Amino acid sequence: MRYLNFLVLLLVLIPIKAIALIEVDITRGNLNPLPIAVSPLSTDNKSNKTLKEILKKENIGSEISIVVENNLKTSGLFNPLNKDAFLQEPDIAHLKPRFEDWSLIKAQALITGKVTYQDEKLRVEFRLWDVLAAKEMMALAFTTVPSNWRRVGHIITDKVYERLTGEKGYFDTRIIYVAEEGPKVKRIKKLAIMDQDGFNTKYLTLGNELVLTPRFNPTNQMVTYLSYFRNMPRVYLLDIETGVQEVVGDFPGMTFAPRFSPDGKKIIMSFAMDGNSDIYTMDLENRVVERITNHPSIDTSPSYSPDGKYICFNSDRSRYQQIYIMKSDGSNVKRISFGKGLYGTPVWSPRGDLIAFTKLHKGKFYIGVMRTDGSGERLLTENYYQEAPSWSPNGRVLIFYRETKSDSEGKGFSAKLWSIDLTGYNERLVNTESDASDPSWSSLLSN
Amino acid sequence: MNLSKIFKNALLIMLASLVLTACATKKVQNQMQGDVYTGTDTVKYLASGVADRVFFATNESVLTTASRDTLRKQAEWLRKNSKINVVLEGHADERGTREYNLALGERRANAAKDYLMTYGISANRISVISYGKERPVDSGSNPLAWSKNRRSVTVKAN
Repeated sequence: MRYLNFLVLLLVLIPIKAIALIEVDITRGNLNPLPIAVSPLSTDNKSNKTLKEILKKENIGSEISIVVENNLKTSGLFNPLNKDAFLQEPDIAHLKPRFEDWSLIKAQALITGKVTYQDEKLRVEFRLWDVLAAKEMMALAFTTVPSNWRRVGHIITDKVYERLTGEKGYFDTRIIYVAEEGPKVKRIKKLAIMDQDGFNTKYLTLGNELVLTPRFNPTNQMVTYLSYFRNMPRVYLLDIETGVQEVVGDFPGMTFAPRFSPDGKKIIMSFAMDGNSDIYTMDLENRVVERITNHPSIDTSPSYSPDGKYICFNSDRSRYQQIYIMKSDGSNVKRISFGKGLYGTPVWSPRGDLIAFTKLHKGKFYIGVMRTDGSGERLLTENYYQEAPSWSPNGRVLIFYRETKSDSEGKGFSAKLWSIDLTGYNERLVNTESDASDPSWSSLLSN
Repeated sequence: MNLSKIFKNALLIMLASLVLTACATKKVQNQMQGDVYTGTDTVKYLASGVADRVFFATNESVLTTASRDTLRKQAEWLRKNSKINVVLEGHADERGTREYNLALGERRANAAKDYLMTYGISANRISVISYGKERPVDSGSNPLAWSKNRRSVTVKAN
């Protein structure tokens, strides 16, 4: 499929002379987001005319700047200023900003840029300026096919975020999820994929069979998920580019709760047989199936540590759902959740230090995090129903789904995606075309 | 004087509402024992007197006395109709994580299967499928609706 075409990316790195002057602290809830001015990217008339024909956009430079602006705002760390207050023309600002003008409107950082069309490619350059120090902090240029213009906006945001926070961004990413429609008793579910900001939604299945819990492989080209194809719930593997699907393994019963190993070579999942669910892996190269747990309780929702050495999972071996960790060969099983209530859907942070989970206590559902030894439990959000957190690739944000109450006719029911910062701040509804559940965040598409 | 009248009225209203609540609770209780559904609203019949489903307590897969009774009738009917195969569909309510509920549905359906087998029904006549919380019969977000949804349903396969 075309939308996964690799971005033709030429980075022209201009060395940065000054030490970082502005810094954004992302480890705390940010009550004072950094005021930043995102100037519309300037375009010459000729380029704009051609790009307008190709992309059906009045002013692509302005559109790209809006992508950047929305991303920065959504992060909760930045406060993009109203463009009406900008005094300087985009093209002149890009060459040399009049810093007094920008500090007058309280901007501490400024993004400027230029869009040109040459050799059938879209060329975008941008600069990040420190307004108070009156210095350029970064300058980069990208060349790509014009249809990739939104991705350019996401990559610019990632570069700015990284420059100002010192950590990788998460904007040039996608979310795979389950799109839902229809009455609650006969819900239709389809696999859907979209950009992190809710644009470019594509449906990967038609809704003929129930599908659940899609997850990306580390390179974002494959997806593993549960499908009720022919009324046989099994774990499937889907190649997003070719659309080829195959069942994973040859199990004589339901397989579910799949995830990839961090190297992408294995799928770990549950297999249910005679009322007992255990955890198995299948090697995708040699098809060797390995049994990881062997216990008469339910063992499910496995998730690897980023180094692949450990697995956290959900088990009711102590009678109710709790979180356990073990070595990746299944040895050294240890319970780590000891708080009040039930714990499910553990998922290891890409940074390795935390496990996110769903908790049910006294009729409320929580999304929370704990250290990998179970200490330091923090509940980030409480609601009537929510579950299944998935980490942003930099481990700073969680996406999950939330359902609302309904009456016996199903009135009032909705399922939506939400995101929240690890700090517990900045809770946001994630835009989706339809109702949605089971989100899974991709890794960065470009690095 | 006036005050005591108000007080009396308030007391009357309180009493009346207490009675009303008691009625409402009783009605629900008539359809639930503990939190296991005992009503017949959603129940279908495989044959006369042979109910198609059994219900479970929250997070449980233990068969109640009523469930065992239902399953014995199903076993008897299956023995008489030896050409009929069945699928046991296990379900959970919406108050649990999706993946765990898939496992729980499978466990519930297998509890029913095991019981049918002890009453002489061969394993190869019974297949099992779990829908977790994906196919509720009642869309309500309340304890009674959830109790109807925690079930294993015996469906004719042929």
